[in-house]
Amino acid sequence: MNAANANTHANTRAKEDGGAPGTASAGRLEQALRLALDEDALERCMRCGFCQSACPTFRVTGLEAASPRGRIALMKAAYDGFMAADSDFVGQMELCLGCRACEPACPAGVPYGRLIEQAREAIAKGRKQPLRARLAGKILMEGVIARHGVLRGAGRVLRLYQRSGLRAAARRLGVLRALPPHVREMEASLPEASGRGVIREWLRRGLPARWETDDQGRRLLVVPAEGERAARVGMFRGCVMDVLFLSTNVNTIRLLRAAGFEVVIPEGQKCCGALHAHAGRSAFARRLAADNAAVFRAAGVDWVVSNAGGCGAHLKEYDHVLHGTPSADDGAWLSSRVKDVSELLAESGRPLRLANGAPLVATCQDSCHLRNVMRVQRQPRELMQRVPGLVLREMRDADLCCGSAGIYNVLQPEMSAALLDRKMEQVKATGADVVVTANPGCLLQMRWGIRRAGLEGRVKAVHLVDLLAERLE
Amino acid sequence: MLEEPVRRRLMDILGPQGFRDDEQTRVSYSYDATPAYRTKPAGVVFPEATWQVSEIMKVCSEYRIPVVTRGAGSNLCAGTVPGEGELVMVMTRMNRLLEIDRENLTATVQPGLNTKAFHEEVERAGLFYPPDPSSMVICTLGGNIALGSGGLRGLKYGTTKDYVLGLEAVLPNGDVIRTGGKLVKDVAGYDLTRLLVGSGGTLAIITEATLRLVPKPPFRLSMVAVYGDLYGAARSVSSIIAARIIPCTLEFMDQATIRVVEDFARVGLPADAKAILAIEQDGEEEQVRRDLNLISYICRNEGALEVRVAERPEEGEKIMAARRSALAALSRLRPTTILEDATVPRSKIADMVLAIQRIARKYDVQICTFGHAGDGNLHPTALTDARDAEEMQRVERAFEEIFEEAISLGGTITGEHGVGQVKAPYLEWKAGAAGVELMKRIKQAFDPLGLLNPGKMFAETRKRVVVRR
Repeated sequence: MNAANANTHANTRAKEDGGAPGTASAGRLEQALRLALDEDALERCMRCGFCQSACPTFRVTGLEAASPRGRIALMKAAYDGFMAADSDFVGQMELCLGCRACEPACPAGVPYGRLIEQAREAIAKGRKQPLRARLAGKILMEGVIARHGVLRGAGRVLRLYQRSGLRAAARRLGVLRALPPHVREMEASLPEASGRGVIREWLRRGLPARWETDDQGRRLLVVPAEGERAARVGMFRGCVMDVLFLSTNVNTIRLLRAAGFEVVIPEGQKCCGALHAHAGRSAFARRLAADNAAVFRAAGVDWVVSNAGGCGAHLKEYDHVLHGTPSADDGAWLSSRVKDVSELLAESGRPLRLANGAPLVATCQDSCHLRNVMRVQRQPRELMQRVPGLVLREMRDADLCCGSAGIYNVLQPEMSAALLDRKMEQVKATGADVVVTANPGCLLQMRWGIRRAGLEGRVKAVHLVDLLAERLE
Repeated sequence: MLEEPVRRRLMDILGPQGFRDDEQTRVSYSYDATPAYRTKPAGVVFPEATWQVSEIMKVCSEYRIPVVTRGAGSNLCAGTVPGEGELVMVMTRMNRLLEIDRENLTATVQPGLNTKAFHEEVERAGLFYPPDPSSMVICTLGGNIALGSGGLRGLKYGTTKDYVLGLEAVLPNGDVIRTGGKLVKDVAGYDLTRLLVGSGGTLAIITEATLRLVPKPPFRLSMVAVYGDLYGAARSVSSIIAARIIPCTLEFMDQATIRVVEDFARVGLPADAKAILAIEQDGEEEQVRRDLNLISYICRNEGALEVRVAERPEEGEKIMAARRSALAALSRLRPTTILEDATVPRSKIADMVLAIQRIARKYDVQICTFGHAGDGNLHPTALTDARDAEEMQRVERAFEEIFEEAISLGGTITGEHGVGQVKAPYLEWKAGAAGVELMKRIKQAFDPLGLLNPGKMFAETRKRVVVRR
């Protein structure tokens, strides 16, 4: 009967779908999917459904299609001709946050993150977009985000806007009303930007440092350890971190030094390429990965440290990103060396000496990629509990995505806000004064959430590094 | 596709969010957790109340549209894979815990409530609902009841069927019946509650259930025993029971499983061990420790090479985690994992495991066996690739022989997964021709039009054919 069904399916599909697969764009997308998707990975899903309770979009919608098992089934269906990859299909792939909470929950080890990236890459290729939109995307992703210099320039403009009275004027004049409401809300909770970057800022403050060059003649800023040197670590400064959270980058160096690490900041490092890979621009992402892996390897460091879960997770996957390229060896090296700052501080440095302070109730919001890809969950909490006077009160579902997810909150405002509002309910229930995160996207989202929930002045969102640095003796 | 008047009437009953028949939805409700089964339904409904279920059934009766009811779709018998032109009814929006009654020790729930969430609520009240199917993170109580789910604690506490006191259900014609109640004793008429438990959605649609609760045991602890021969492990199981100790969990892994688990989890299991028992007891701390001491003594007596009792409950968690990782470890080896649940009387465990090993060799397929030794419920698990038709055929033939062997040892074709589509061709082997005939007449009485879950439970008695699509 099943064999008979298999045949009827082919027939039914031809009958039911009629013109749909015949249209040029649908056909193109299906072809692109066939090329992009890893069939073995699709086959590995045994459809047990264990991923579902971990999936934020499933928890909000309750719809099978909006779950990892459902999305894999859709991919497989489009791959083997059981369905046409229509606009609903594309919409469902875009609704995924890419938080990857399904991966630790999966008994069979399905590489879901890889599959969703492959599907999105096929969508990016198969979709007929107007030239203008494609160009704009390319300029934003490859010309701005990936270039620290240009990005810092943008940071300077943003800072000028925020400080010169332009922001106030824009608000008064209602110019911002031209923006969608969620972008307006987010604009209001943006921290003050800077165009200086961590290297210049460190030197400007007159803090101890020296220059070295690697064997290719590239410059490295080297900040000496305090006391006996525990290890030499390369600092991955990040893009958003270096523009919107410059002081967090500075504090990261301060903490690492205090814990006995010599901190090396290679000038030639680039964006990690996570945003590009998630948006289906894998060739460009590979170029960035190859450059970063080479630069850090040449810097002669024991570890590469990241203070942004999103970047760290992508660095951790350079072995996969660079697999089969001339830089495969460098990629594997970097993957094996990358650590989150909390891992180094909690496990291999000298214990930080932290001063007493006012009693504080804090709760921790996991960074998805830190937890699900780097598999770091315990260390940030351990460090929090070392702060004198701090009481850690866990919120429910701390491991559920807050809805930030890179630029997801801009692209999918409805789902993002639904997740954020649930999150803020959980934060409120803990009665915490402080929400601690370990990733800039989550931090921005938490600030937006605090504003949305009307908790400003009562609850603060801080990066773990800043929480610790404030008490550093 | 459904006819326009049907669509309109369903939308009238359910609202625009409660009925969907777009391609994406139909594909995403075309399967459950059973490998290699997939058929698109004509549409999907998401009722939120009993009256809606009743109204839907009236429409479906009028237009003769078959209905497949499902919860999380985690079953392994293709019990919720629809046929063409059928309507899938998803019960997960009816997911409220209606009441915990501390005086009568009962809970009343809607069918879409998640089993694990229910466990947590009940335990917060100091009470306990023992049935713990391995899929409890996602499965629903309605699904557990419909397929008579088991779990790890079956030996001491029984399974889902032992905890259902009463049901509300919708018949195919839309009539609503109530069976049983908050009653330990009730012999008024046929026991329709028991009849609906395990009926696989073929007789009625369960819309509410009253479940029995027990006091929560205050303490639990685990241990593990390692054997150089299979019979030592099997004898230990019999001797433990003969010593009048009923552990809450008594799990078994064979050599093939041990090797895979060790490769995957690195928990220090000896690769040359022929069998391992993982045992858990719950109750008062003093009693639990006394029981585990005695069990350790018995295991050593029966030839265990090594016995390890957890010192603290957390350590026990690790032991059980190693057992729970069995399926995870196995599923990573080959693309397709087919998990069966042949069950024999407890005393026949060793014979059954040896038979499975012999059959696997005969058909040259990789089958690892683990399972609930305490209640004779084994999980022979084939590691294969659904894309290889020739190998799949050998797997089918091997399983067929395993079912035959189980029945000849006084066992059954399915201990806890249910019949669904997968086991329907073998039902007669277990129930006999007269038994199946009677079951069909019961089905006829409930569902004269054959609208509820057609193609499940009953089929031509024939070879199982699994085809990848």
